Amino acid sequence: MATTPTSDFPFDDLQGLLRFGHGHLKDSCFLLLQVADVKAAKQWLADAPVSPATQNGSRPKTALQIAFSVAGLRALGLKESVVRDFSDEFIGGMAGHESRSRRLGDVGANAPAYWAWGGDSENVPHVLLLLYAEAGKIGAWRKKVETKLFAKAFSLAAELPTLDIGNVEPFGFVDGISQPDIDWAGRQSVDSHSRDGFSNRLAVGEVVLGYRNEYGQYTVRPLIDPAGDPHAAALPPAEDRPEFKDFARNGSYLVLRELGQDVPGFWQFLDKASGGDAAQREQLAASMVGRRRDGSPLMPLASEAIPGIPAGDTLNHFNYLPDPSGTRCPVGAHVRRANPRSGDMPSVSGCFFSRLLKILGFGLKRYDEDLIASTRFHRLLRRGRTYGPLLTPEQAVKADAPVAERGLQFICLVANISRQFEFVQNAWVVNSKFAGLQQERDPLLAHRQPLHDGTPTDQFRRPDPAGPVQTVAHLPQFISVRGGAYFFMPGLSAIRYLAALPTQGDQSP
Amino acid sequence: MIPQSTFMIVAPVRDGELENLRGLLAGMNKSVGLADPANPLVPFGAFERLHMARFVIIEAITGDDIKAFGRERRPWQPALAFLGDFDGDRVDFLTELAERAEEGLQQIFAHCEGFSKAFDLLSWMVTHNIEPAANYVNWLGRTVRQVHEEAALHQCLSEYLPQIVAEMGRDNPRVLRQKLLSHVEMQKHAGLLKLSPEDPTPLAWMIRNGLHKIGVPLVLLLLSPLFLILAPFFALRLRMLERSDPELFIRPSREHIEALAYLEDRDVSNQFNVFGDIKPGLFRLLLFKFLMLLTDYVARHVYNRGFLTRIRSIHFARWVFMDNNRRAFFASNYDGSHESYMDDFINKAGWGLNAAFSNAIGYPTTRWIFKQGAEREQQFKYTQRRHQLPSEVWYKAYPDLTAIDLARNSRIRKGVEIRQANDQAIRDWLGEI
Repeated sequence: MATTPTSDFPFDDLQGLLRFGHGHLKDSCFLLLQVADVKAAKQWLADAPVSPATQNGSRPKTALQIAFSVAGLRALGLKESVVRDFSDEFIGGMAGHESRSRRLGDVGANAPAYWAWGGDSENVPHVLLLLYAEAGKIGAWRKKVETKLFAKAFSLAAELPTLDIGNVEPFGFVDGISQPDIDWAGRQSVDSHSRDGFSNRLAVGEVVLGYRNEYGQYTVRPLIDPAGDPHAAALPPAEDRPEFKDFARNGSYLVLRELGQDVPGFWQFLDKASGGDAAQREQLAASMVGRRRDGSPLMPLASEAIPGIPAGDTLNHFNYLPDPSGTRCPVGAHVRRANPRSGDMPSVSGCFFSRLLKILGFGLKRYDEDLIASTRFHRLLRRGRTYGPLLTPEQAVKADAPVAERGLQFICLVANISRQFEFVQNAWVVNSKFAGLQQERDPLLAHRQPLHDGTPTDQFRRPDPAGPVQTVAHLPQFISVRGGAYFFMPGLSAIRYLAALPTQGDQSP
Repeated sequence: MIPQSTFMIVAPVRDGELENLRGLLAGMNKSVGLADPANPLVPFGAFERLHMARFVIIEAITGDDIKAFGRERRPWQPALAFLGDFDGDRVDFLTELAERAEEGLQQIFAHCEGFSKAFDLLSWMVTHNIEPAANYVNWLGRTVRQVHEEAALHQCLSEYLPQIVAEMGRDNPRVLRQKLLSHVEMQKHAGLLKLSPEDPTPLAWMIRNGLHKIGVPLVLLLLSPLFLILAPFFALRLRMLERSDPELFIRPSREHIEALAYLEDRDVSNQFNVFGDIKPGLFRLLLFKFLMLLTDYVARHVYNRGFLTRIRSIHFARWVFMDNNRRAFFASNYDGSHESYMDDFINKAGWGLNAAFSNAIGYPTTRWIFKQGAEREQQFKYTQRRHQLPSEVWYKAYPDLTAIDLARNSRIRKGVEIRQANDQAIRDWLGEI
């Protein structure tokens, strides 16, 4: 496989968010925009101060990232012959079809019809603008970005709230600990024969388009024949088909979901389920999340090396191999569902013969072994931000806990929306049969709708070494979807290409 | 043990009747994608031995693909296929079907060529039945009755266990087990639970199955010197074809995918049909037939205990040669979403998939039959969706239950009937309830 040394990687064409979470920029402001004046929008884009992924010693004091929905790309005049080569999920949109909503668990109270934004597939915001600044300086940065030209170009569809409450998410758990280690230098083979166990290192092509993914393949994306489009000359060539220009190279799909979190509801339910015992409540919460509040895992650290996680990383250097039945960390716990840390093979075995038997499906020691898909094909690079005022669990359990809108502006970056985001959401989070579990969905994230034939799914089961599982029944829904959309976050040269698109009337399409 | 069998009754649809037929079939559904078990045409739920059934209209939607091989499109008249998986003997079951759903089936088949009410329905169905080239059953001998009885047992135990844990604590597994067992006995006595003993295995089936089990390897062994001589020529020809066969990287239309997806994820299981042309030439056909012979053999004698290689989410699957061996049809019932079904296959059993489908037009390029192919993820997913056909009607006798659930319920039942070796085994059993 072709390797790209780090130094050669074109970080200057990549938006910074793919490489950095901008964690030191505590303030943020997420804007959903409609293109009001196409010409002005392109003019503004031509000089937009979009932050690249380069590193030049000092950390930036501000950042700006930009992404477009399919409606946005069309509004700017991107030709249909280019648009149609994006993935179906992106073109169809997050709320574009009932079937997609059903798979994502956007049903019942989560249904797009109730969303604050994005729910009307005919009226999806064109542009997502992500602004970041140091604490207290976001107002000034926004003012600087929103020039006169900007005001002419775009109309504000919605301003998504964000608020820094430290390194925790609204329920009070340290968040964003586990992220894939993007293999910018291409050091790791994607060959299935050399990847039995879990590795946290991920092929660039899983998050950035135009590079090899974990199958060693290039994800389908819009390629442009420069012969028919002189403007495309400045775009990078397609690595797999050099005769074409790669509009999507160094770009990524950006999934945004506004998730409302019922913080008092969560803690008060747990308090009741624990009979008012604070220590038990804490334990139950930790087993639902799969980590303690300080982020420490419920699993012991792994003794064997895990590629992409330093041995000293006490929050992350583990997998679930020592705990197949989930007595330490329940199989249904949120973080175990969202990132099961499974490898290509059920258990790493050295000898050729036993490997062959495993490939043929024999030699499993437990009934619940090998039920989870290999994690490396289903990773998400998360870049979310919280909103709403901080409410500690101790405050939240009180009956008079102050009510407020709280939650997460969930963002993830992926190269294949259906295989990554939608798969994780469907097969791992919402699925009541994940890993052979019995009628339970993600205790934090999922809705609680019964199955088609009426089987309830509103429970959470904690395996117990003594035998009978401990069941928490009648779990209410703690998180509700408030909005969402699929965006494409282009590389910098693709932004320039968009800015230089001929305006309608200038040239026949 | 009652072995499972299949039927697949196929007949071309009369010209101009396609839309009427679709309308009639749609009336059998209770909700999108799921049949009404009590629909008046074929009341599936009334057939106690029926696991799964479906009506599919088989159309050659990818019939033009063969042009890439320099051949003309082969004619194909859309055909109605009625498929089912059930317990026991086929003629027995079809007789029951003809008796209890005569009018409905006549009404349906009246849309097909060569059918008349005047004919004897049973013999018409028998003559229009197509045998699969290979057939997979998740668990040989697990009957519909057993599935329902064991599900009821699990339900009963899972409702009672928390009560006795609240009473007695969770520390003494033997006491808990004893309590559960007496509860089961009481429920059985009250007629609320039933655990029927296993039926005797039909002798004729046992003999046939035994002969097949020994016969196929024996014949292959006898032919092995011939295979050895042919091997170099085979290898040469195979690699030539694998290099030269055109790979069709055609994206399916969004409308087609949406129409398929609309039917999916209504239950925890889904239905799946694909239909397409076999690659031209005798070599490809013979290779396909040979691989199907092996597939059928291992499915029959090896993979009949809950897993097909590393895949454990398939209830039933079958491969069928049609149109004088020019086309192939595959149907399955699987758990989970379509995306997870495909990913499972690519990642866990891509080699098997390659063996089973690489002789069909449009399949991604393979190397030495087993390598690459499905690992060309996007090509594979495109071609698979392009060849997929919706089921007009789909019935599953045990909604909300996956193959994993069924296997667990059987283990729980076993734990009721057989004494565990030690406390740990009892704890494991309690943990599954």
